[in-house]
Parts: sequence; C-alpha cells; structure tokens
Amino acid sequence: MAENLLDIRNLKKTYGALVVTDDVSLGVRPGELHAIIGPNGAGKTTLIHQISGMLGSNSGQILFDGQDITRLPMHQRVRLGLARSFQITSVLPGFSALENVAMAVQARSGSSFRFFGNATREDGLNEQALECLSLVGLATRARVPAGLLSHGEKRQLELAIGLATKPKLLLLDEPLAGTGHDDSQRVVETLKRLKGQMTIVLIEHDMDAVFSLADRVSVLVYGRLIATDTPERIRANPEVRAAYLGEEEMV
Amino acid sequence: MTELAQTQPVSVRSPGWRPELVPIVLFAAFAAAPLLAPASGAEGYVLSLLTRVMIFGIAAMSLDLILGYGALVSFGHAAFLGIGAYAVGILASHGIEDALIQVPVALIGSALFALVTGAISLRTKGVYFIMITLAFGQMLFFLATSLAAYGGDDGMTLPSRSLVGGFPLLKSDAAFYWVSLLCLFGSYAFSRSVVASRFGRVLRGAKENPARMEAIGFHPFRYQLAAYVISGMIAGLAGCLMANQAEFVSPAFMTWQRSGELIFMVVLGGLGSLHGAIIGAALFLLLEEFLPEILHGASFMMDDAFRSHLAENWKMVFGPILILIVLFARGGIMGLLRRGRHG
Repeated sequence: MAENLLDIRNLKKTYGALVVTDDVSLGVRPGELHAIIGPNGAGKTTLIHQISGMLGSNSGQILFDGQDITRLPMHQRVRLGLARSFQITSVLPGFSALENVAMAVQARSGSSFRFFGNATREDGLNEQALECLSLVGLATRARVPAGLLSHGEKRQLELAIGLATKPKLLLLDEPLAGTGHDDSQRVVETLKRLKGQMTIVLIEHDMDAVFSLADRVSVLVYGRLIATDTPERIRANPEVRAAYLGEEEMV
Repeated sequence: MTELAQTQPVSVRSPGWRPELVPIVLFAAFAAAPLLAPASGAEGYVLSLLTRVMIFGIAAMSLDLILGYGALVSFGHAAFLGIGAYAVGILASHGIEDALIQVPVALIGSALFALVTGAISLRTKGVYFIMITLAFGQMLFFLATSLAAYGGDDGMTLPSRSLVGGFPLLKSDAAFYWVSLLCLFGSYAFSRSVVASRFGRVLRGAKENPARMEAIGFHPFRYQLAAYVISGMIAGLAGCLMANQAEFVSPAFMTWQRSGELIFMVVLGGLGSLHGAIIGAALFLLLEEFLPEILHGASFMMDDAFRSHLAENWKMVFGPILILIVLFARGGIMGLLRRGRHG
C-alpha cells in the first residue's frame, strides 16, 4: 500500500452522536480513476470535504504523496497538488470563464502580492488558462462571465479550474450533477481524456458513467466503506447489491 | 484569439458617452476649479469647501478599496483619520512640524493599527466584523479624549500648517488645494493599480466566493489583511490633510458617526469603482453644505417662521434624501451613470 498516492486511514467524522464517516480506510493508486458510490446520505461529500480540507476529522489520518495532511488547511493541500470540484457549482460569477481559470493558474505561479500590472493582461496566465478551457471544450466561451454560462458549462468550467491548479489528484464531487444528456456526455468524454494523465477520485450517481470510467469502485453506505474492487466485481458483489444497487438496475 | 473577440457580449453604447470618462471628467473638474473659483466671488470659500471634498474623497475611496472590492464593512474607518490627524498634531506640539516626518509617521501608525486590529477583526465575518471594527474605532476615540496633554476632549490647535522640507509650502489655501488634489490623484492611481493587479484580483475573488479561492490555493485572510492595511494607510494620509486644513485636531475627527458617514459616501457614490466614492463624498458634503439654503429657497411660498425652522432642521430632509437615493439609485451615482450608457 506504500505506493498509494492517497491513503486514508481509519478516518472518522461525527456530528454529536451522528457518525458520518465511520472508520474509513481507503487507498488510491497513482494514475487510477477511483469512483466512490453510495446511496444518498452515505457521506460521500463529507468524505471529499475531509480529504480536501474543508472539514476537519475527529480521528484517523490522511496521507497524500507520503505526507500527513490530516491537519493542513485546504489552501495548503491545494498547493501540494490536491484539487477539488464542488457538487454545488462554485465559480466566481462576476469573472469571465477565462479569469476563473487564470486565477487558479495565478495561485501556483509566482507571488500574488503584486500591486502593479494588470492581471487580466498577463499572457502567461491567460495562455495556460485557455489551454485548460480547451481541454474541457469551453475555449469559445472564454470571455463570457461565468455567471452567464449554462449549468453544464459551469460544470465544465469547474473541471477546468481544477485542472489549472495542476493537481496530482483531482477530487470530483458529482461532476454530472444536474447536467442534461449532451452536457454529461461532454463531461464524460473529457474525463476519459484526462484519465491516465492524473489520478482522479470521482463521486457520482450516474452508474453508466461510473462503470464506464472507473478503474476501481468503492462503495460507501452510512459512512462505512463496504467494498473496494473493480467495477465488474462490485457489480457482482451481493452485499453491494443488497445495500445499494437496486436489483432491477443490475441486470 | 480572434474567435474569442467575436463572442464578446456586444454592449450598446450611445455615442459619446462612456462611463470610463467619469474619472477623467472628475479630475478635470477638480483641476479647473481654482481657475474658475474667482468668478464665484467667494474664492476662499469655494476652495476650502472643495479641499474638504477632496480630503473626504481620499478617505471614502480608501474605504471603497476594502468595502467595494473586498466586502469588508469597516465601521471604524474614522480611526485612521484620527491617527493621521493626531500624528500631525502631536508631532507639531513637540516642535516637529515637517510633513516629511509627520506623514511617514502617520502612515506607519495607521499601518500598525490596521495590522493589529485587522488581524483580529478579519477572523470574524459579517455583522461581527462590523461590530469589532466599530469597537476598535471607539477604543481609539476614547484614548484621544483622555490625552490631556494633547487637549483631551477639546482637541488642540496647530501652531501652523505643516512645513514641507522646511518650507511653508502649505501656507496658502491655493497651494494646499493643489497638494490635496495631488494626494487624491496619487491615491486614486495607486488604488486603481492595486485593484487591477494580481493582488486585487485575489481580493475581488475572495469577495465573490471565498470557498472557491481556498479550493484553488489562496488563503483569503492574508490578502484581506493586506488590503485593510493599505486602506488604513490611505485614510491616515487623509487624516494628515484634514488636520492641516483645519489647523486643529480633536477626537471629533474619529467619532463613529464619522465612520458611518464614510460608509454612506461610498454607498452613495456606488460601491467598487473608487471614483464613485469620491463623487459620493462630494455629493454628501455639498448637500450638507447647501441643503439648508436650498430648503430655505425652495419653501418660498411658506411663511418665514416655517422657512427658518426648515433650514434649521435640514437634517430631517437630508436623511430621507440619502435613503431615497440609496433605495432608488441602486449602485449609487455610478450605477445611474452606467445605466445611462444603455439609454
């Protein structure tokens, strides 16, 4: 297990008597696309919050790239190469799509304590930002204020922002949430292209997408990890079928 | 990039009117005023009123830097005016009358006060931030009232205006006007640059969505604190000018009402444009100055007793006017001007 990029050990999160993350241990191998599935309220988003640093943990350990990051604040984890997207779209609505991404490029290139020079005209930042936008297929919408993008486009923008931080590990919290068929196809295509280039942890409800993308799947039920395996074996796992996947879906 | 240019939203502008012209017109007006003032027949009065407008413009603009671009509602901004003014007053009372020493001391003092109070206040959000900045402002106000050696409650009169490099450069009101204009322009140009810079972009981003900024690797606190310090220093400069204009320093410079007025000026002019704050300060001070006479004149059909009562209690009209402007001119004066461009 030493070669894992992300190692979660006995992680726990409670709100009073409510145990949201219950002794979760999970290893993510470099380069894999690791999906986490589970019924609503299983604690998937909480787990992502804990990994990304938005929420603290009551006990347990998170190791990233060999380093204990359990107590690091979110912004420092990002600098180590741990990026995330949000389930509920979180962009800067007043900034153009390009600036949203350029901001992320700026965060990892040089000091931001510069008080002179127009940041929007920094070609170095804009070129890299445009590359990330092209990667998700949003290049033609670069100048549009993010608040005016369609929901699907915002999901793609979110992905581009994550990419712009040049992460070693990308945490995606339901990138397909609320997208129509065409948009979700586009996001899945993008993820297929990214797969292999970086390690991805994906939370998703869309089972077709999960089983076509994931190298391995973990199943979370009521805060407990009940199985981690290849998509085929997860499909066949009787415990998983009983706990989560409706029999009719599993044909 | 050519295909990008074509996707830009096309804004309809009536020819000849562009909001970008507002700051140019504004500064041109300030520069032209001394040349036109003699025609009014009350040159001294006009210049001193406009100097006051410019000084408050600097203070309001410094507040806009954190309020309009960082959504940090500081309700203790007058404290920095007080620090600037008292730096001038206290040093002068000890025989140090040169602005080349007074101003740096005022700026350093403001920066330190901003650094300490900001580091504490910025750990809170929303209404708590407002209350804690108010508390720090009041703390400094009561400190000033207890400084018996420097006039306490009554304040103190300066022996004269500050010297500049040993020369009594600020002695004439006309020269002081130009120096104030220079300070206004300098702090405007600096603030403009800050807002557009990498730093300013992070500040603006943290205003829109702090969680997103953290998720790309920024710690908003550091940027907000730096902005708070910059803003405090600019307000401190305004305080130096204020003391010099009045040749007098008192705790009244930093009452909480003054902090409230500064917020009002910024909101009146329109948040987040910098020059809007200057326009807001101008409108506020000019209304305050002329409303009694306007009311007296406008109520010509009433009897004399009513007219003088009205002029005396002009604040009863002033308040509702301000409220109406804020209610119906969303985005303040700058909001009106921007909408004008589509009309």
